[in-house]
Amino acid sequence: MNINLTLIGQSITFIAFIWFCMKFVWPALISIMEEREKKIADGLEAADRADKDLELAKKKAGETLTDAKKQAAEIIEQANKRANQIVDEAKDQARAEGDRLKAAAQAEIEQEANRAKEELRGKVAALALAGAEKVLGNAIDANAHNDLVDKLAAEL
Amino acid sequence: MASEGQTSTGYIQHHLQNLAYGKLPAGYERLDANGNVVEVLQQDTWTIAHTSQEAVDMGFWAVHLDTLGWSVFLALILGFIFNKAVGTANAGVPKGVQSFVEMIVEFVNATVTDIFHHKNRLIAPMALTIFTWVFMMNLMDLIPVDWLPFAAAQIAGDPHFFFKVVPTTDPNATMGMALTVFALMIFFSIQQKGFMGFVKELTLHPFHSGKWFVDIFLIPVNLILETVSLIAKPISLGLRLFGNLYAGEMIFILIALMFSAGLVMGIGGFFLQMGWAIFHILVITLQAFVFMVLTTVYMAMAHDVEEH
Repeated sequence: MNINLTLIGQSITFIAFIWFCMKFVWPALISIMEEREKKIADGLEAADRADKDLELAKKKAGETLTDAKKQAAEIIEQANKRANQIVDEAKDQARAEGDRLKAAAQAEIEQEANRAKEELRGKVAALALAGAEKVLGNAIDANAHNDLVDKLAAEL
Repeated sequence: MASEGQTSTGYIQHHLQNLAYGKLPAGYERLDANGNVVEVLQQDTWTIAHTSQEAVDMGFWAVHLDTLGWSVFLALILGFIFNKAVGTANAGVPKGVQSFVEMIVEFVNATVTDIFHHKNRLIAPMALTIFTWVFMMNLMDLIPVDWLPFAAAQIAGDPHFFFKVVPTTDPNATMGMALTVFALMIFFSIQQKGFMGFVKELTLHPFHSGKWFVDIFLIPVNLILETVSLIAKPISLGLRLFGNLYAGEMIFILIALMFSAGLVMGIGGFFLQMGWAIFHILVITLQAFVFMVLTTVYMAMAHDVEEH
């Protein structure tokens, strides 16, 4: 436990070791640690940014999807409308065609009926003449009694 | 364990003696353990001390080979580890030695930046040096007290070969570091405040009136107070570490004595040794940390310019 030269030897060793740490160890390690810190900070920031980008992209995708859905709905609606319109038009056309056909048929029927009436009238007049001839026993002068016959036929 | 024919006192004294190498004057009578004169030196001789008395008689011009050897060896180990960490260092994922060293550096850096707020490239590396080196030197305390001295005695072929493996139980080592810190303290004080600033700090504190005729009487009082507090810093710094480790070593030696005192005492000694060693893990770390923190605090004080 004597104080001796060891004191100075230890001091020299101490100073040498401090010098070594100061020169080679400390700056190298600290700079590397700072570099890593920066790298990690950058990485975190990049991750943050990526997160934000992802959020944005998601939002954009959602918007596009909504738009597409809306458009699709619009298109379907339009198509439905158009289909209804076509059906309506077709119905109208059909109805008009039907009406037209009906009218034509009615007109034909009426014509036919009129023709039949005319024929019947003529035949009735001839029948009446024949009946009157038979009643009167002689032939009625068709010319003389033509007015009468015509009047009769008109009354029928 | 105490060897045959050795008393407990002798065993303890043997364990507390460093391996001193120094000069013995001409005409010096070298004694053996029993006090008989072995030889009388014809001229001044540089030699290894064989007894404690010889180590004392060598005076100041002697070195403790074991203290210096172990502290340099431990410094080299640390230097090697640090060098390896720096060599493999990159900003990628740290692993192995690099990760471990970086952890320590990080811890020291945090502690230093907490205490020391000035710009000085020396302080943090010095704190790292102190913390790791003192820790390593303290750690030698956990090696069973007889292993290395026994091995050294076997190699030297001398059963009375002195060999103390814990450098911090040698006041030369702790005071050597403390005095270096003290020198740096004074250097930075003068560098930061100028020589007059340093003198003013010693003479105008803590009592200061502002009137010169009062100050004249206050200056001597201040000087005594401040000088004592200044001198007390390195002494307390060095002796605290020395005292803690010396006491710890002493307990280990006393416990080791129990192993030669029969089976029951031996078993008791086993548990005591283990308990004390576990407790000592705390002490060696704490003392290394305390030495580092106090050094940093003293450096911060040296840089702080006090307001008058």
